[in-house]
Parts: sequence; C-alpha cells; structure tokens
Amino acid sequence: MISDALVKEFQILVGKDNVLESEVDKYAYSYDSAVLDPVAPGLVVRPTTSEALGRVVKLCNDNALPLTVRGAGTNLSGGTIPRKGGVVVLTNALSQILEINEADMYAIVQPGVITAKFAAAVAAKGLFYPPDPGSQAVSTLGGNVAENAGGLRGLKYGVTKDYVMGVEFFDVDGNLVKSGSRTVKCVTGLNLAQLMVGSEGTLGVFNSIILKLVPPPVAQKAMMAIFDDVNKASETVAAIIANKIVPATLEFMDNFTIRTVEDFSKAGLPVEAKALLLIEVDGHPVQVEEDAAKVEALCKEHGAQRIQVAKSAEERNKVWEARRAALSALARVSPTTVLEDATVPRSKIPAMISALEAIAKKYQLTIGTFGHAGDGNLHPTILTDRRNLEEWHRVEAAVDEIFDVALSLGGTLSGEHGIGMAKSRYMEKECGTGTILFSRKLKKALDPKSILNPGKILGD
Amino acid sequence: MADPKELLRLMRELDDQLVSCMRCGMCQAVCPVYAETGRETDVARGKIALLEGLARDMVKDAAGVKNRLDKCLLCGSCAANCPSGVKVLDIFLKARTILAGYLGLSPVKKAIFQGMLAHPRLFNSILGLAAKFQGIFTKPVNEMLGSSCSRVLSGAIGNRHFATLADKPLRTLVGALNTPAGKSGLKVAFYPGCLADKIFPRVGLAVIKVLNHHGVGIYLPEVQACCGIPALASGDMQTFEDLVAANVAFYGGADYDVLVTPCATCTSTIKKVWPTMSTGLAPATREKALAMAEKAMDINAFLVDKLGVAPVAPSQERAKGALKITYHDPCHLKKSLGVSTQPRTVLSQNPDYTLVEMAGCDSCCGCGGSFNLQHYEMSKHIGMVKRDNIAATGASVVATGCPACMLQITDMLSQAGDDIRVKHPVELYAEALP
Repeated sequence: MISDALVKEFQILVGKDNVLESEVDKYAYSYDSAVLDPVAPGLVVRPTTSEALGRVVKLCNDNALPLTVRGAGTNLSGGTIPRKGGVVVLTNALSQILEINEADMYAIVQPGVITAKFAAAVAAKGLFYPPDPGSQAVSTLGGNVAENAGGLRGLKYGVTKDYVMGVEFFDVDGNLVKSGSRTVKCVTGLNLAQLMVGSEGTLGVFNSIILKLVPPPVAQKAMMAIFDDVNKASETVAAIIANKIVPATLEFMDNFTIRTVEDFSKAGLPVEAKALLLIEVDGHPVQVEEDAAKVEALCKEHGAQRIQVAKSAEERNKVWEARRAALSALARVSPTTVLEDATVPRSKIPAMISALEAIAKKYQLTIGTFGHAGDGNLHPTILTDRRNLEEWHRVEAAVDEIFDVALSLGGTLSGEHGIGMAKSRYMEKECGTGTILFSRKLKKALDPKSILNPGKILGD
Repeated sequence: MADPKELLRLMRELDDQLVSCMRCGMCQAVCPVYAETGRETDVARGKIALLEGLARDMVKDAAGVKNRLDKCLLCGSCAANCPSGVKVLDIFLKARTILAGYLGLSPVKKAIFQGMLAHPRLFNSILGLAAKFQGIFTKPVNEMLGSSCSRVLSGAIGNRHFATLADKPLRTLVGALNTPAGKSGLKVAFYPGCLADKIFPRVGLAVIKVLNHHGVGIYLPEVQACCGIPALASGDMQTFEDLVAANVAFYGGADYDVLVTPCATCTSTIKKVWPTMSTGLAPATREKALAMAEKAMDINAFLVDKLGVAPVAPSQERAKGALKITYHDPCHLKKSLGVSTQPRTVLSQNPDYTLVEMAGCDSCCGCGGSFNLQHYEMSKHIGMVKRDNIAATGASVVATGCPACMLQITDMLSQAGDDIRVKHPVELYAEALP
C-alpha cells in the first residue's frame, strides 16, 4: 500500500494527471502479451520529462518500492508485469526523436519512441534502421533495447543490440549514467551500453539511446519455395547458409501454418505444400541477381517442387504479407496462443523441426511452426485453451521439452522474446549456477534494495 | 438495479469472446482515443482486460469499468486491425448492456432513449417542433456550412458548431413513397436514417433523384425508427430491441430487393449489429429483422455493385478548371463493411471535381455518436487532426458517406473558419444529373 503522502510526492514530480491510482486504471497495467497471470501495481506514473523520470526512480528507491518500466506492454515473457503494489513507470510520454544525424548515420531517441514510426522517420531521410520485431507498429525503442528485440531481418542485419551505440540511463539513486558515444569507435570506460541491452529493466532506467543507422539496400528480390517434405525445406535452409549466402530474410512455414494463413487471408498459398520457405536477398542489384539465382538453384537441388519469384513490388508485398499474417492467423484458431522462441544454431534447424513434430504428437497438441529459419529462431506456436487445465498441463510439459531439445542441440531458451518471468526457472539449465550467482551479485551491487523489475531474468 | 451475481453470470457468457484477445496490444497503433491519451484503459486491450478482471472478480469497481468502456468511439479501428479477430464491438456493446443494466441508466439518457427514440412518431414530431424554434436559440456564424453556434444552451452544447435541424425533414418534403421498379428491374426500401431525415434531408433527396435516374423503384414508409445504435451504445438493450421491432413493422412487410441507406452507421448497425444483438426478439420479428439485415446495403455500394456505376477516370481535359475534392472514409463504411472504393467511384461521376486524397483518409473523425457529447474536448482534438488533413489538400469540398461524420467535420471546419463544403458522395452524383 502506497501512502497518500507518497502518492502526493509522485504527483508533485509528474503532475496529478500523470499519476493513476484508481483500481481500474491500475489493473490495466497488470499484464503484457505473455500468457501469465495479471498482477496489479500499487501506482502508475507517467513522467513527461527526463528530470521527472530520474526523480521518480530515486523516489521509488528511497521508499523501497518495486519499479517496472513499461513501453507498449507487448512483451512475450512477462517482463512488464509489475510486482504487486509496485510502481509502473510509463515511457509513452517520453517519445521524442531527439536527433537523426545523416552525416554521421546515428539517431538519438527517448525510450518511448515507437519502433515503426522511428523506422519511417529514418527512411524519410534516406537511411535504414533494420530491427523489425513483430510488434514494431506499437513497440517502443526503449522496450526493444531492454529486451534486445529481433525480427525478420536478424539473419543478415542482426538484432537490436547490433544498433545500440550508446545509452543514458538512471541508476537507482537517480544519477544519470552515460555509456557509448556518437562515434563508430568508442572504448571509453566499461561497455555499460551492451550490459544494459537485454537487461529487461533490472539494472537501470533508460533516459535516451543512441542508435546506429545504415544505408538502405538498393535492390531486393523475394521468392517463395514450395516443398512436399518438411525435411527437404529445412535442409535447404542449412544448405543456403552453408553455401555462404546470407539472405536478408529466410522464413519457414509448416503445413498447418500455411493452411491457417490461407484460410484467413486467401493469399493464394499452396495449401498442399508440407513447407514453404520465404526468402529475400538484398543489396547491390548485380549481387542480388546472382544470389537469387544461387538460392533458386539450391532450392531445386534440395527438392523444392516449385519456386515463385516475385516479379513486382506488389508480388513481393504479397509474399511478406503472408508471412506477417502467420501469427495473426494462428491466433484466431484457439483462445490461447503460446508463442515460443527457443533458438538453435542454424545448421540444427532440420533436427529442431523434426523434434517439434514429435513433441506435438507426444503431447497431442496442435503446434503451428513458422519463423526465422535462417537464424535458427523458430516460433513453435501452441494453440490451446488455457481454461482446459488438463490440456494446459500438457502444454507446460511440451514447452519444457522444447527447451530441453533446443539446449541439447546447442541452442538457447530465447532468441528474441526475453526471459522475464516466463523462463527464469530454466535459466540455470542453460547457463549453470555460476552464471546465476554472478548475475545476482551484479544485480545486488547495482540495486541493493532490488527495486528494479524484481523477479525478472534471475527469479527471486 | 440488477443482481450483481446476474452481472457476473452474463460476464462469463462473454468469456469466449474475451479470451480471444491475446493482449498483443496491436490496437494501440490504430485507436484514435489512445493516440490522444496514451492510456491503456482507452485502448481495446485495456478495456477487454478490465472486463475480464470484472468477470473474474479481480476488479470490483463496475462503475469505473463502465466509465472507461464508455470512453470509446466505437469506430471499429481496433477490430479491423486485430490479429486475433477479436469481435471488439460485439464485446463492448454486450458489456455496455450488462453494465448499464447493473448500474441503471442515467436519468437524462433514460428520458432521451426510452421516451423519445422508442416512440418514433413522437420523436419525429418533437424534432419537427424543435426545428421551428431553434432560430431563437442559435445564431448563424458560418452561413456557407449551414452550421450555427449555440447562443443559449451553452452548458449542454458547449462550443459546438452544430449543423442545424432542417426546416423540413425529408418525410415532410417527400412523404411516403411506393414506386415500382423501372428500367433497372430493381426496387429498394429506402432507410434514410435519423440524420439524413432531420439534419441533412438534401442527402435523402439526392438519393431519391439518383434512384429515379437509374429507374429503381422506391419504398419509403411514412415513418422510420432509429436504427438503435445510440441506445445500444448506452447499454439500453430494451430500447434497442424495441427500435428494431418498430423498423421491422415499418419495413418488414414490404417487397423489395435491397434496403439502402446513405448512412454508414445505420448500414453497419442493421447489417452487423442487428443479427448479433437482437437475440431477445420474438422469433417471427427476429426472422424479419435478419431478412432486413441480409438486404441492407450502403447507397454507394448499391450504385456501384448492383447498378454498375463505373469509375470515370480523370482525363487531362476534365482536370482543367475542375475543383478539388477530398474524401473521408467513415469507420463504419470502410472498417466495418469494407466499402471504400465505391464512394470514390460515385464521386467520379461529377465532372466538376477531381479527387485529391488526404493524409489519413481512413482515420476516425472523432465523432463516435454519444462519445462526442460525453468527451467533446477529445472528440474535437481528434476531429481537428482530420480537419488539418482536409485543409492540406486544398479541396473546396470534402465528401463522406456518413451523415454523422458530416456533422463532426462540419463542426470542425466551421470552428477553424474554413471555406470548405461537406457533402455526401450521392449529393455530388445527383448534382451532375440533369
């Protein structure tokens, strides 16, 4: 319970309109996109200036109040579900693009800037910000950095961490900490910027972020390869990578996903296909032609029945619309959609896909698998109804086994969704006790009262 | 006041619809109200979470939930963009009904909806009377727009630049109609909707002119009742069902091919909301209501899809000296019914204009029926964005296929002092006919 006097102090810092204390308002910040139980905070505050943000952090620390920063609340691992009675700090009033520097190819943003709006502003200046998480239409850059968000372009362009040049953040005492710079090279001090990437709000609160921009590719070519056998498709993925071609995007869809997407979008997908690969190469026009020809040859060599190359921008859009519709279409099938993102080294994609099929059979579950095959990051999506407890237990067991398989193949628990609350209990399996202890010592030193998003990543 | 346990039971009935929301939050990208406030309770995901919290007894404050639920334009942007296909409007309308039943209607709304709207004959005569006397209460500020600023009722009406009630409603101007099918071989039942009847009879007249031109027979009963959406949006299911039944009585017995309306909101209500929400009607009445819903069609869609009105491509010769026109997509036409090319085709029949698309042509104008009355300042903020986009095109006319949008846009343009007329696409087509 936060006292009236303390509520008043928050009101003085951020203004009365920006402190939400009614039961109803607070409950609306009790969840994110993860399939987890809601937890209502004790207070919600929405700072509109940097100064206020820093003071809010300090006020929380002075009163040992748990603090969870929230952008758009699209997190898939429970990273933005608050502590009971804690404070949710909204960043959506800190949404200014402070600078887009074309000469030096960087941008400085406040944490609440929407990813897609930023990418569009950058594109308008003739530059390119590649990270494109599925939630980009609403997600915030602060959230992207805190979760180290990925996307469809990870294979060639990398993920959010590859674009963070520097950060400014508040520590628990409200001091401003700076790391990194506007320069391409910078070895000044500890590399705190990269420590903050993917820290899920457990080490500090972002005030601003310096992001790297790159020149956009001049040409693109997209194609769809159709297979009558999942193994042939997954072997093709491994073969493309082994042949040292790096497509911008290399996506996979299984038969269940294809049929579901087609039912929903009527995009003309081949519903009889056992698997599809959606591939895009980009870069210099000559190289694009060359790479596209090689990819086409490799697909045929590995048993693709047919290959459709997009002949126009419109056809290219159609290919990607079909891919983007995958999660949406699957989500319509059943009340609860459990979207996993266990990731394996890309050469292990064939093994991972067969394992997923076996798991679906073993636990009698409907699993649609699609995702970023090119970077080893598949999204097995379990379609279920959480209210059916018996089935829900099978879902939990299946998820455990998906993690076990991914780890046994040399992979990782999460490619891009984060650990949050959903996967913290599996951490030790992947990293070992030493890693957990080290991380906890680090956390304890930086946040002695454990106010910053407690319980996330490292558990309690 | 209903039993709270009954409320909970009804809430659980909504469960299947509520759980289909996976909390992805994509509605944040398109919600006009959220864009203004940045508050989770203003966006569909937040409202659905609150309802679920209420149903599961995790939220106690039903009045608070209702209050957040009412702060919604019912524009359907969220539903049109929902990856999971959540039937957001269905949920909200049901929930408003349940909550209103629990909390009781506010006395003012009770008087309006149960007293006036439920008795269409009375409603017609009351507004007819009001039209005669409104000159006393209002003063004209922008003659061209035909809107006027409230002089006396400032408390209730604020600073709105209302389009005034017409001197004579459409019914008085044309009376009842029952003409046979002409060269088109088609006969329509014409449902003008309250606004085209009482505020914009010129739209109704244009519809009749265009239908006559195409040799379409018209059935227009002497009275119609409100389509029911304002009552339902206030959670008044009883009045809603009474209104549907009244319309069934006025239209249900007639023989026609298509039920046309020039109002996006009426079409979308009859077509989408009547079938899902009027389940409490007597079986025979419900069957007729479903038949009406099946036949309901927007006038633009009718002209293009049934009568084959074809787009006229802008030629260079034609562009010379032509005036610019821009088009606003009503949410209830584009997002609810998927009608967006047809009104543009109808516009193109008028050689005096060339279409210039505005930025955000399908973003909500901010009217949202009673939202405009309850949250006028926010409605105005959203509306002014629309106004700026309209003004930026340099158009001298803005067209839109919904009289409610016409009201809101007229208000916004008038307040900004713009010299831009607001018209229905059918009016522009009618102007081009001999």
